[in-house]
Amino acid sequence: MSTCIVSGDTILYNHMVVHQLADPEADRVFRALADATRRDIFERVIQDGLSVSTLASDYEMSFAAVQKHVSVLERAALVTKERHGREQIVRGNLSTLRQAAALLQAFEEIWIGRAKRIAEILGEKGSA
Amino acid sequence: MSVISTVKDPKALKLTVVAQFEASPDQVWAVWEDPRQLERWWGPPTYPATFTRHDFEVGGESRYYMTGPDGDTSRGWWRMFVIEEPRRLEFANGLAGDDGEPVPGVDPMAAHVTIEPMDGGTRMTAESTFVDVAQMDKMLAMGMAEGMTQAVNQIDDLVAAART
Repeated sequence: MSTCIVSGDTILYNHMVVHQLADPEADRVFRALADATRRDIFERVIQDGLSVSTLASDYEMSFAAVQKHVSVLERAALVTKERHGREQIVRGNLSTLRQAAALLQAFEEIWIGRAKRIAEILGEKGSA
Repeated sequence: MSVISTVKDPKALKLTVVAQFEASPDQVWAVWEDPRQLERWWGPPTYPATFTRHDFEVGGESRYYMTGPDGDTSRGWWRMFVIEEPRRLEFANGLAGDDGEPVPGVDPMAAHVTIEPMDGGTRMTAESTFVDVAQMDKMLAMGMAEGMTQAVNQIDDLVAAART
């Protein structure tokens, strides 16, 4: 989650960001994160990698079900899996989430514009 | 400055924008309720919105289109779920086809708006929740984004002119 305090500077809209995300890959990211368990798994593996079996022991669901969630995250490039002996270590991939955040930023800019226009309309009435 | 803070939660696909206005809650409510005021701010100056229907009641629907600089139009709709004048408003906002009616199979986004009085004015919190990136991309493609930079610059100019 990111919080930004808006300054009075002119807002620049980045078309590139939108085009970068307008693909099926980004779609997979959002679908992957639409599930609460997957969001939880993703958050837990951002700092340090965890094995699939460690993850599985923390959820009231089968190892296979947890593995399936990990696979969805993996297909969306939100996590990577690497084999360490008998264990599979799951690690978060932050750059993918940053990409997802970029699209929200485009909407943030839309709303900043809207709020400014509302202020403009309300200001006119105040002075009338 | 009207926008005081924004929170982007990419994991929940949620955007929260908090703005403050030097006006009463009733005046802020009116910019949503009155379609003639609404169409002055919903779209940027380069893609103004025209509301052809605005049934501002629970279960009521709206139809609108946005017109681009080349005369291109894109259409959308709202369906109102909560209307608690002048405090709370919740509605779905979706894409419409050339006939102006909702496109079947395309989920709308959810908008939750709260309006509260505060010292010297009113605070408005607008929360947008999306379904997936395909939907976000389509909403952006409606033209709302295209004129953003221009729109913001235009308003900054107006504000600067008003100050001098």
